[in-house]
Order: sequence, then C-alpha cells, then structure tokens
Amino acid sequence: MYVAVKGGERAIDNAHRLLADTRRGDRAVPELTLDQISEQLALGVDRVMSEGSLYDRELAALAIKQARGDLIEAIFLVRAFRATLPRFGASEPVDTGAMAIQRRISSTFKDIPGGQILGPTFDYTHRLLDPQLAGSCDPAEPASAEASDAPTPRVTDILRQDGLIEDSPVAADDAPVGDLTREPLNFPADRDLRLQNLARADEGFLLALGYSTQRGYGRNHPFAGEIRFGEVDVYFEAEDAGFAVPLGSIALTECQMVNQFKGSATEAPRFTRGYGLAFGQSERKAMSMALVDRALRASELGEDVKAPAQDEEFVMSHSDNVQATGFVEHLKLPHYVDFQSELGLLRKLRADFEQAAPQMQEAAE
Amino acid sequence: MIEASYNFAYLDEQTKRMIRRAILKAIAIPGYQVPFASREMPMPYGWGTGGVQVTASILGPDDTLKVIDQGSDDTTNAISIRKFFAKTAGVATTTSTPAASVIQTRHRIPETTLHEGQVLVYQVPIPEPLRFLEPRETETRRMHALAEYGLMHVKLYEDIAKFGHIATSYAYPVKVAGRYVMDPSPTPKFDNPKMNDCAALQLFGAGREKRIYAIPPYTQVVSLDFEDHPFTRYRQNAPCALCGAEDSYLDEIVTDDRGGRMFVCSDTDYCEGRRAQGHTGTESAPMEAADA
Amino acid sequence: MSITELAAGFADPVLASQSVFRTIMDAMARPGSIQRIAAASGTPSPLMRGSAALALALFDHDTPIWLDKTMAEAGEVARWLKFHTGAPLTSDPSAASFALIGAADALPSLDSFALGTAEYPDRSTTLIIQVAGLGAGEAFRLQGPGIKGETQFQASLQTADLFDRLAVNATLFPRGIDVVLVDDDRIVAIPRTTRLVEGD
Repeated sequence: MYVAVKGGERAIDNAHRLLADTRRGDRAVPELTLDQISEQLALGVDRVMSEGSLYDRELAALAIKQARGDLIEAIFLVRAFRATLPRFGASEPVDTGAMAIQRRISSTFKDIPGGQILGPTFDYTHRLLDPQLAGSCDPAEPASAEASDAPTPRVTDILRQDGLIEDSPVAADDAPVGDLTREPLNFPADRDLRLQNLARADEGFLLALGYSTQRGYGRNHPFAGEIRFGEVDVYFEAEDAGFAVPLGSIALTECQMVNQFKGSATEAPRFTRGYGLAFGQSERKAMSMALVDRALRASELGEDVKAPAQDEEFVMSHSDNVQATGFVEHLKLPHYVDFQSELGLLRKLRADFEQAAPQMQEAAE
Repeated sequence: MIEASYNFAYLDEQTKRMIRRAILKAIAIPGYQVPFASREMPMPYGWGTGGVQVTASILGPDDTLKVIDQGSDDTTNAISIRKFFAKTAGVATTTSTPAASVIQTRHRIPETTLHEGQVLVYQVPIPEPLRFLEPRETETRRMHALAEYGLMHVKLYEDIAKFGHIATSYAYPVKVAGRYVMDPSPTPKFDNPKMNDCAALQLFGAGREKRIYAIPPYTQVVSLDFEDHPFTRYRQNAPCALCGAEDSYLDEIVTDDRGGRMFVCSDTDYCEGRRAQGHTGTESAPMEAADA
Repeated sequence: MSITELAAGFADPVLASQSVFRTIMDAMARPGSIQRIAAASGTPSPLMRGSAALALALFDHDTPIWLDKTMAEAGEVARWLKFHTGAPLTSDPSAASFALIGAADALPSLDSFALGTAEYPDRSTTLIIQVAGLGAGEAFRLQGPGIKGETQFQASLQTADLFDRLAVNATLFPRGIDVVLVDDDRIVAIPRTTRLVEGD
C-alpha cells in the first residue's frame, strides 16, 4: 500500500519557523541592531543599496539582517520592495563636480586642482588580521582639517579643455530617461540603459568582466582618470513648484576611466571614456563598471566586438544577480515530470541500442 | 518605518494595465512572444514570476484559482503561490480542475479536459524555442520575423541521425495557428496534443525573460515532426498504482534501493477523482484508511 | 469647465478595471462573440459606455491615443481622458496605441495606423470603433483562432466595407490591426487573425 506524500503546507510553515530561529541564532548573544549593521558593515549596506537600486541605509540594513548576511538575498529583498513603490518622477542629474569630497584620487596626474585626498581606504593597509578587533575597540579620533572651499574639477573636464578626451554626451532636456525596470529591454540598447544595467549589476560579475578586458579580452588601455567619493545633493523639479527642490544628499562613488584614444582622417585623436557610478563607497564596483561600460562602447567606437565584455547581449542578459540566482537556484524545484519524460526517452534509446548491438557484432565479424 | 500595504493581487494598477495590454496583443498574435516590463516579484526569478504576474493581472474576486506544479496541488512551490494569491487577492482556491476558473501551472497540463471560460496560465523559464540553437535575441527575433524555422528542423533531424528518434522529450516545440514556432514550457511532450483545439485560453508568462504569449481557444497547435518520423506521445507503460489509470502521465516512485519502482498519476486531482469513483490500483489503500 | 463638472471615472478603479479587462480578454479570445461590459463610469459625449470603460481600464501615460474628428471635436472626451487616464493624445495615428473612432463611416485608411513591424508585430494600433448596433443587422461569418469552426455575428456597421478593409490583415500577418467594435455596453473583438468566411 502506498500513500502519496502530503503535508507540503505544514512543511513550508515549519521551515519558515526554523529559518527565523536559525537566523536569530544563540539567544545568549545580543541581537544585531540596524544601526550596528549600517555603521559597522557600511560597505555591505552600500552594495545592497547599489545593486538593490534603492538609496535607503535603514532598509538595506534590515535586508542584510533578514538575509542573514547573504548580500544577494538582501539585494533581492530590497528590489522586491522597491518594485512596489510609487514613482513621482526623475531627479535632476546630480552634479558630481560639486561633490563634498571625502576621497579623491587620480592615477593620471601627480597633482590636480583641489588635490589628491586619500580618505578612508583599505588601499595601503597591510592585510594582517587585527586581533584587537576581536574584542571591543576604541580607535583614535581621526585627524581632521578645515573643509576646503577649493574647487575640485573632474580630471576628465581638465582633459576636455585641451580637447584631449571626447566630450561626454549631453542628453536633450526633453529626452525621456530610459528605465529598464519599466520598459522591456530591446537590443541594441542605448548607453543610458546599459549604464543602468551595469549600475544594478552584480559586483563580482562586473569585476570578472573588467578584469578580463585588462587581460586582453577586449583590451581598452584604461587609466583611472579619477575616482571620487563623497556626498552630492539631489534636486527634484516638481511640476507645480516651477523650480528644483533639494531632496537631500546621497553618498556616491564615481569612476572616470580614460581609455584608448581614437581618431580618424577627419578627427584628431582623443582619449575615450568609461564611466562608473555607485551608491556609497563602492570603488571596486564603480571601477569595474567603468571598464565594462567602455568595453560595451566597442561598436559605437568602431572596434571589433570579439570579447565577452564587449558583447552587450551577453553582458546585459547575465549581469543581474537576482535574475541569475533565481534561475540557477530554480533547479532545486521539482522537475519530476520533465525528468520522467527524459528518462523514458533514454530507456528507449538504450533498448534500441541493446537490440542493435548483436547485429552490429555480427556485421563486424 | 515600513508600512507594507499591497494592492489587490499584489501588483500596482499601472503594472497590471501594462501586462493586460500585452496579454491582449498576445491573444491577437497567437504564439508570438510579446515583450513586457516584468516586475521584480517577491519570489525568485525562475520560480514562476511570469505566471504569477499574468495570474495577478487577470484575477478577480469572483475567480477560483488552482495552482499545480508537476501536476500536483501539493508540491511546495504550488502551495507557496496559491497562498500568495489567497493572501493578496483573497480569491477562492481549489484543487479541482473543473471547478477552477484560472489554473496556474508549472510543467503539466491537467488530464481532465479543460472547458470554455477557463484560463490556463503557464510558468515559463525560457520562452524562446530557438534559444538553444541561437543564443542571441537579435537573431532569433529576425528568424521569427521571417518565419525562418529551418534551424529547428535541422536540429530535430540531427537527433534522428544520431539517436534514431527526435531526442526532445519535454518543451517540445509546436507551431501555433500555422505561423509561430512556440515553446510550450517544459511540459512533457505527452501533454502537447492537449494544447491543440483546446477550449480554454492558454497564457504563458516568462518573468525573467520578460515575455508573454498566448494560444486562444480552438487554435491549431501542431508538434513539429517529419513525415517519416511523426510526433509520438510518450507514456510509461504501466497503469497508475493508485487509481489504475491507463491514460494519465505518471510519476516514477523509487520504492527501494534494489530496483523497486512504482508509477502513480502526476495529476493528483485526476487520480483522487478516479479513486473517489471507485477505481483502484495495485497499491491503493482503502479510502478511509488513507484518511486516518 | 472644472474637474467637478467632468464625467466620473470608475467608482472602484481596481475591481472595475479587472472586470473590464476580463471582458475584453474574453472578447479577444472569442472573436465575434458579444460581451457585455459590467463596470459603470461617466461617459463624456460621444463616448459610449463600452469605450469609456475600455479607456479607463487600458489607457495610461504609456499609450498615446488618437481621436477621430468626432471624438476630438467634443473637447470633453480629451479632457476626460487626460484627467482619468493621463494618456497623451497624438495627432499622428501611426504613433497611437489606441484609436477612438466615433464616426465609423469616416474611418481613415487602415494603413494610416501603426501596423507593427515584422520583428515587433505587437507595436500596432488597436482600433476602438463605435458602431450603430451589435447583435442585429448584417450577418457576418467568421473563422480563425478563438472560433470553434466558424461563428456568425450580426452588426450594423457604418463602415460598410470594414471586413474588406480588414482583409489586409491576412496579407500582412503577423503585422496587422486589431479592432474592438462597441455598441453601448456591448463589445465585439476582431483580432487580426479573424477572417471572413467567403461564399455560402
């Protein structure tokens, strides 16, 4: 006698209860607060905001806590929440030239107006585990100086004054802002949609693609013209107000790559650009994004599309980690019926083979 | 800080309108994949987000919803999706195929013949039947535009040359209304004939790939084949061990590690219905014993 | 005219839109069948109940709308559409997602509307045509997807040659024009796959 498996509903409920319990862990250990996550795991929060496409530290911290530190799961939570939010419009373009800078480096000029500012960076730390951090620690107050009023023009703007680099494309004022979360994506895609895709893209995927261009799979000779991190103001032009209203400020990391020059019989050679922008302090992401943005401009700049990083359908279709993890992990779902169909076919093919085998043997003899 | 209040059937009205317009176009162009701006859903891509968006856009308070996965109402993902709609739309749910007005499915078409007025919503992972022959959307779109399906026939023919049979056992491609080649989603090819001249409306939603397509009722759906290698259905050569059905698609149950196998209906509603009518199989339990 | 004087929209937009959509979905899935729109809204003249309901259920910022002369001349229709749906009006029929036709006897040439492209046949205009009567009048025999065998429907169409003109759908398919005929609260859909049965 056989009784079909039942009780899936109770299994799901119980799994959710167990998950909640496991997430909390040992009750003797104090529970994490969102402030702790936001303050002390700040770069994780930045990544979740960037790839979740929602600037909200508190929600990102909540998502990280709920996801037990699984950042892709946290990004998924933020995305699903974001999809339900009403939309009032698009902000004015942010002016990163007017950024209140905390960190700013250029690898193309030794000194630049406004200076190089190292800021909070892992760059020159020796990667030695710090046993002091295992307990509580109270680091020394940071060194400080008066905030400078000196303008900090972007390195690419300085190059452009001499005509040494291509102009940044300027969108017409009335041109609609593309949004791949609201419009189905078609190929070839314009650069605004490509950059949106890359801004939401998985950091690891972009890192690997950017790296591949450096190793010769679509090489484009990058120099880190400038990487800057700091706060910028966001303005919104409300229809009834008639002027742009400040909404507050957000932390951004911007990377402007200066790439392989290009010229023709009619145009003097100039450097080309690759652009990266991410919420918070996300330098690896912004740099990788700039490398891939430049690689994806291959057709526009008359280069052969040969490497994966230059292939817009390949890059844009596989960059989203929420999509990718969903489809990879869906293999966990039951596939009994299609597997059964495949099994039936395989058994038949094997039976045909067995039947044919003796005849084959005879034919060979 | 977060006030979770969601619209009827979860999706906002603008999204529903966009999906509804896509559905109307899909019905008007049978088998053509209409691009739509799929939303990020609170369930993973690949787990039915396309089907869920289609269902959410058509569902009304008077509907009765059935959700199946692998033919069964009681598989975990089917339960999860059914609960989602019971919660967000407050609709009545059922496991009975004839009683449902909307049926969302993954990988199966119910055994019970569907009737007029019903809507069958398929969850689709990869909507493009040509995708495994040509990964580029720009190329496959051109091939559909020109009805240039030679590549598909070449693939099927290569199977025959290599294996003596068409080696596609599920997601078996069909031609709809004599024009578009369409992926029926990963249903076993056993189910393909049920799509032809079906009284119900069939809608297909692919969330991750952002496509919706449809087969209107009473539409010709032909499985691709060759004159000398006609399409054949495949069914395990056994009756259902619970209800004795000889015409249903079967799940294979591994009963021990010494090669023991038994076969039971994959469509649990169909199987239960037959048992309620008194049909039995070799392994069937008396009804009251099973309930205990 | 102030907003308070404007004809009303749906009392319950969420449920009414769903109900209207199911009606048009059934109509599209069963070409030639007469379906009744249940949801009620205000109707700025000369918009019929069915056309008004379809507009409220399907139009928004993303769907440019073309109005024929009869619809456009009654300024109330444009104001009502803008207020309740936010849909932009276009004077270019080939840019329209939907066209509202109040004078079926002056239906413009079908090729002035968007017919879609071979790659994207869905990028076409859906015509919503108000007619004198559905369910009575001249009889038409139809066949195609959604129709079991063939079906007959009766209509008084001011566009006497409508089906002759729609024959272009057979030539262009998968490009083409989908039509919804409206008579008061009754609608009939003629998608691009529907063909007139010739002869007896």
